[in-house]
Amino acid sequence: MLEISKLVKRYGRDEPVLKELDLRVEGSSVVAIVGASGAGKSTMLRCINRLVEPTSGSIRLNGTELVTLKGAALRRARRKIGMVFQGFNLIDRLTVMENVLAGRLGYVNLYQAIARRYPREDIERAFSLMERVGIAHYANKRADALSGGERQRVGVVRALMQEPAVLLADEPTASLDPRTSEQIMILLQSLASELSLPVLINIHNVAQARTYTERIVGLRHGKMIFDGTPGEFTRDALDAIYGGIESPDEEPTASSAHSSVRASRGVPHDPA
Amino acid sequence: MVDHAGALADRVWQRYDRRERLTRYAVLLVTLMVVVWAVRDIDIFWPWVWDAPNQISSLGARMWPPDPRGLGQILNAMVETVHIATLATLLTIFVALPVSYIAAQNTTPNRACLWLGRFILVSSRSVNTIIWALLFVAIFGPGVLAGILAIMFRSIGFIGKLMGEAIEEIDRHPVEAMEATGASKLKVIAYAVVPQVMPAFFAIVILRWDINIRESTVLGLVGAGGIGVLLQGAIDTFAWPTVATILIAIVALVLLGEAITSLLRRKVM
Amino acid sequence: MTRHKREEIAPRTWRKPPFIANPWLRYGLWLVLVVYLVWAFGSLPFNWARIGEGLPRAARIFGGGFPPSFERGALMLTGFKESFQIAILATLLGVMLSIPFAVMAARNVAPLPVYLFGRAVIIISRSFHPVIVAILFVAAVGFGPLAGILTLTLYSIGFVGKLLAEEIEEIDWGQVEAMRATGAGYLATLFYAVFPQILPRQIGLSMYQLDSNLRASAVVGIVGAGGIGGTLMNAFGRYDYDFAFAILLIIIAVILVSEGISGWVRKKIW
Repeated sequence: MLEISKLVKRYGRDEPVLKELDLRVEGSSVVAIVGASGAGKSTMLRCINRLVEPTSGSIRLNGTELVTLKGAALRRARRKIGMVFQGFNLIDRLTVMENVLAGRLGYVNLYQAIARRYPREDIERAFSLMERVGIAHYANKRADALSGGERQRVGVVRALMQEPAVLLADEPTASLDPRTSEQIMILLQSLASELSLPVLINIHNVAQARTYTERIVGLRHGKMIFDGTPGEFTRDALDAIYGGIESPDEEPTASSAHSSVRASRGVPHDPA
Repeated sequence: MVDHAGALADRVWQRYDRRERLTRYAVLLVTLMVVVWAVRDIDIFWPWVWDAPNQISSLGARMWPPDPRGLGQILNAMVETVHIATLATLLTIFVALPVSYIAAQNTTPNRACLWLGRFILVSSRSVNTIIWALLFVAIFGPGVLAGILAIMFRSIGFIGKLMGEAIEEIDRHPVEAMEATGASKLKVIAYAVVPQVMPAFFAIVILRWDINIRESTVLGLVGAGGIGVLLQGAIDTFAWPTVATILIAIVALVLLGEAITSLLRRKVM
Repeated sequence: MTRHKREEIAPRTWRKPPFIANPWLRYGLWLVLVVYLVWAFGSLPFNWARIGEGLPRAARIFGGGFPPSFERGALMLTGFKESFQIAILATLLGVMLSIPFAVMAARNVAPLPVYLFGRAVIIISRSFHPVIVAILFVAAVGFGPLAGILTLTLYSIGFVGKLLAEEIEEIDWGQVEAMRATGAGYLATLFYAVFPQILPRQIGLSMYQLDSNLRASAVVGIVGAGGIGGTLMNAFGRYDYDFAFAILLIIIAVILVSEGISGWVRKKIW
């Protein structure tokens, strides 16, 4: 369970980017975090794994307080938090397999890491996960030889290799074309239920948020102003979050209407 | 129509406007003044200048034909020269890499380390190889150790500076991703930094080896080993034809070095 | 599930594909490296007795060298002034002469025999370390700054000439064709179509070469070609390590300042 209380982040003497944020995510659920640019979505997510240092507040993951950790303890905590990035953040010159195995860096020792001699179970898990998302045949290909959607799948596998207690996705589909981004959202949704994993997804596309997640949290100027099911996410809620700032992508595409039917049947979408 | 032509006739095309012209004249004037001062003040006996072409060609005549005796000795010295350059370049890598790491703004642990790294690199680069050689000959005596150390100390600055710049130019995203997995600093470097700077590393080391071959040829002139020792000996005894042979050997070595480095560069890139 | 079964059959393994695929080549290279190191270290003559004296000597030298002595400042100033003069005149001459040689060494504007000659001159100018060239010029024209100027002029021609020749080979040919189409002769085409394209780079190269020559002028003096190098050599020879250290510090300072200025100027004109 992830519990955020009174989280504040302020840069210097400016207006705080996050204002006393409270959020509680239990069990395996897919939570979408929506909001305009600058609302604090990315900052909040990065505070959880301390890529950004919170100014004050508390973040507890399964009982452990994350905000005060340092050094080795922080690294141990981070390995339980998987992150998927908007820019994929892969190591381009290394192979897909090395990128995936890098998810175990928090668990292996320095020699194993440098010599690429990972334990057998890790290799087996890597192959299984890669097959599950459909990239196993790329194992020894350079990461930058893959397409955008494939690269994001590598990023997802890397995060899952950590055997995380929570998965954070920072606008995972923003750099992908509409069809590929649907595939990734479907993937995240099905993985969440298969692995009983809580997943937090920063997302711009409100239609996808409604379709693939079970709970929507809306941020505006660092404050949470909406927390409810997709069904409760009305036009008013949308305006409250985005009103006067920008208009999000909210036109559902034809394929998303399709996939929402398939997803509700619980059949994993076969990635192309 | 006629008025129009009259107006046209008044227009003059000038390449630079007034301000640009003044600046250009000022710069030109200053340059001229400096040059005139240099020419007038310099300690040169001008009659010798006019005689110079004569002297040069007379020297050239004394060097012809090149003397092939002692070729075996010369070749040995060439091999020694290559050894000095190669060993020194290899040893430099071990020192230059950590220094470049702490001298790069995005990987240095703290400001003190940054300044230390930069200081080491700047001192190394500002002192010419030959001057390092002088110093080491004074300390360790004439011989190849002084030469190897001289090349090393100069190369640390070269390789360190360029590697430091390569490190500063890496994409930060993979670094962020590795930190997010809970990897320690060393593992982050091994996975996020090293693969990104590998191509630059090879290019820089190969380039420096090529330069070091050239530098090693002259170390012997101050006693630090290599072909330079033979060259100095030949010059001191006015054995000009032998000098010519040595010079030809040096050109051959440099050209060979260039050929090898372009081959290596193509293979590795 | 199939996953479970597969684990029972044979767990999959993976090793990182090596940088060099062919194992013979890979291990062969390691072998060559080891053999070379053993051979090189073995065949190099090390005078261990003398080297052993090194550390106490180093202590004496650094002890004697510290603090640096600026007493003979006038001597230093003369030396630096001379180095400076050598650098300026050599850069001027070198840059001016490099233009015709660069034109000769550019395949697209020079006929083949001329091209070969130009290339040869530039290659020879680059093959020799300036110190060697300095020694030869000293033998020819005597000690003093004349030898230094001749040396660095040749050095500049080699460096600037090569880069300039490459610049010329990469110009936009369309401009040359346009000039030819107007019926312009060879020289006019050169001045109107070629030079304007290479001029900005030429100025940058000249500044870089001035900086380079300033560094090199400190060094050619070591073999008698004038400048602060000679002063340094004398200091070392007389064991005046504190004076030598002072000279060294100023050399470093001058190089840093010159690098800074040259970088600033190049940014301004780019």
